[in-house]
Amino acid sequence: MKAGRFGAYGGQYIPETLMNELIALEEAYNWYKNNSDFKTELNELLINYAGRPSLLYYAKRITQALGGAKIYLKREDLNHTGSHKINNVLGQVLLAKKMGKTRVIAETGAGQHGVATATVAALMGMECEIFMGKEDTERQALNVFRMELLGAKVHAVTSGTMTLKDAVSETMREWASRVNDTHYVLGSAVGPHPFPTIVRDFQSVISREAREQILEQEGKLPKAVIACVGGGSNAIGMFHYFIDDESVQLIGCEASGQGLNTGKHAAALSKGEVGIFHGMKSYFCQDNDQIAQAYSISAGLDYPGVGPEHAYLYDIGRAEYVAVTDDEAIDACEFLARTEGIICAIESAHAVAYACKLAGTLSTNDSIIVCLSGRGDKDVATIAKFRGVKI
Amino acid sequence: MSRINNAFVKDKAFIGFVTGGDPSIRKSEDFIMRMIEAGADLIEIGIPFSDPIAEGLVIQRANTRALAAGTTMDKLFALVMRLRRKTDVPLVFLTYINPVFRYGYDAFFNECQRTGIDGVIIPDLPFEEQAEVCEVAYKHGVDIISLIAPTSEERIDSIAKSARGFIYIVSSMGVTGVREKITTDLAAMVKRIKRVKNIPTAVGFGISTPTQAEEIAQLADGVIVGSAIVKLIELYGENADDKIFEYVKEMKEAIKGVTS
Repeated sequence: MKAGRFGAYGGQYIPETLMNELIALEEAYNWYKNNSDFKTELNELLINYAGRPSLLYYAKRITQALGGAKIYLKREDLNHTGSHKINNVLGQVLLAKKMGKTRVIAETGAGQHGVATATVAALMGMECEIFMGKEDTERQALNVFRMELLGAKVHAVTSGTMTLKDAVSETMREWASRVNDTHYVLGSAVGPHPFPTIVRDFQSVISREAREQILEQEGKLPKAVIACVGGGSNAIGMFHYFIDDESVQLIGCEASGQGLNTGKHAAALSKGEVGIFHGMKSYFCQDNDQIAQAYSISAGLDYPGVGPEHAYLYDIGRAEYVAVTDDEAIDACEFLARTEGIICAIESAHAVAYACKLAGTLSTNDSIIVCLSGRGDKDVATIAKFRGVKI
Repeated sequence: MSRINNAFVKDKAFIGFVTGGDPSIRKSEDFIMRMIEAGADLIEIGIPFSDPIAEGLVIQRANTRALAAGTTMDKLFALVMRLRRKTDVPLVFLTYINPVFRYGYDAFFNECQRTGIDGVIIPDLPFEEQAEVCEVAYKHGVDIISLIAPTSEERIDSIAKSARGFIYIVSSMGVTGVREKITTDLAAMVKRIKRVKNIPTAVGFGISTPTQAEEIAQLADGVIVGSAIVKLIELYGENADDKIFEYVKEMKEAIKGVTS
């Protein structure tokens, strides 16, 4: 496979202005990823700052309610800043600092990645600017304030559809204008090479821990691991160390929003087509060969594309990708809250919803691990609105 | 010699850009003909895309207007056919890789050849990814125009070596749009290109005034103006014809007779 490619997918489809920087980033990453000081420093941050390892929690009450496979939750929601995003951000910002950068910029949808980036920038004394679709700044006002509290400047992006894809485009534009002192902390396993690989590697801590933990608790591998997929960073992190375990089903849950046939969804693999955008060849929701506006109740999933490694795993049949609607996700979120006392992010609830469907079809001797990628504090107002409750 | 070369043989070249279909295909045809009457030596026609990541706000909005007006690739090819009955001025498309990929490389370049497009500029197709496109394009006699940026440095050599048509020099960091001052050492960039290959160079990004055009023309073989023209279309809409004509005429005057 060509460097930077996953089968036919990936690549570096990006303006010339950024090419030298991508090459420098790849070189720096390849050097630091094998550097023991860097690894030690990152590992200490993951343990002492992010709070790793995260728990692998046996959800006994859900398991009983569903009457099938044992459900385990990989509790990324317990990380500092409340989601898996911190794993990647600590790695990238540390790398950027080693590269001599003094400023970081990032896109954010729901705000989880923006909050994580603002947090680590504060910790490492870096200047920080976050780009967020105007629509999302309204949906996620609390996270905007949180980022500002951490010292970041938040830009409301008013171009295009004013959501996550426009925030990514705008961050790339900003990066092209100040590449010398600035690193773009890409938040998902998407974009031009080397980002999909870097993000995957930093997120693979999730499956490295989960694999050890499940072997310790169950004495055998799970039947399936399940994660939600927008760009797909928590999912690729959750899959990585299970890819060679052929008996383990890898399942990614895309947002089918109001339904796959309504045109209001974000299901790039279930319903999209191969295209080239944001630096990569992959699957994208498209409309007359234009990149379509994605939709999901979850601001973090409404990205019209998916990371190139997922596109590859999909093509070769190693992972399967299913679609989960807004309704199913909200139901699952409430079910999890009421049975286990855990309010998860709506993103993660997509994975919980599918786990609930799958569990009953498996034996009580089997287990399933669900990546609970983030906590739901940010989504409480959205859920209330969805249910017609005024708070 | 390709039509593109003709743009650079006589004088310094003025290259004008419009987004195809902004505000309508019919008006694009008028605007392009007016630019040619005013002395434009080469025309860039933007194929609108939902997410033009190398563009500033002015051209982003033009893309949105053109798409809202129902512009499609086939309508643009038909436009090129009509233009070709009236003019021999070289025409190049500027677009992003997704619309080309989706149309199908072979079908796209075949249509370019059939209708009379001489070259294609794809800002999100750097040197490393050009192979899959160039092979097909060259088979159909269409040049893929390479871009060189202020950050290109040693990449200039390999890009210039395999370049065709002309080289599009990006004047400054960031995206398209009017700039007050251009501080990049363009002379050094041109010199490095010419050392590798004798190919015309044209500078774009940020040029809007006759003074800037004259300065650039002293360094390179051509001047590319996009946002300043698109801004006139944004301001005057259907009635921008004369404004565009006057503007292009003034810009062309400014670079006439300039030698480097």
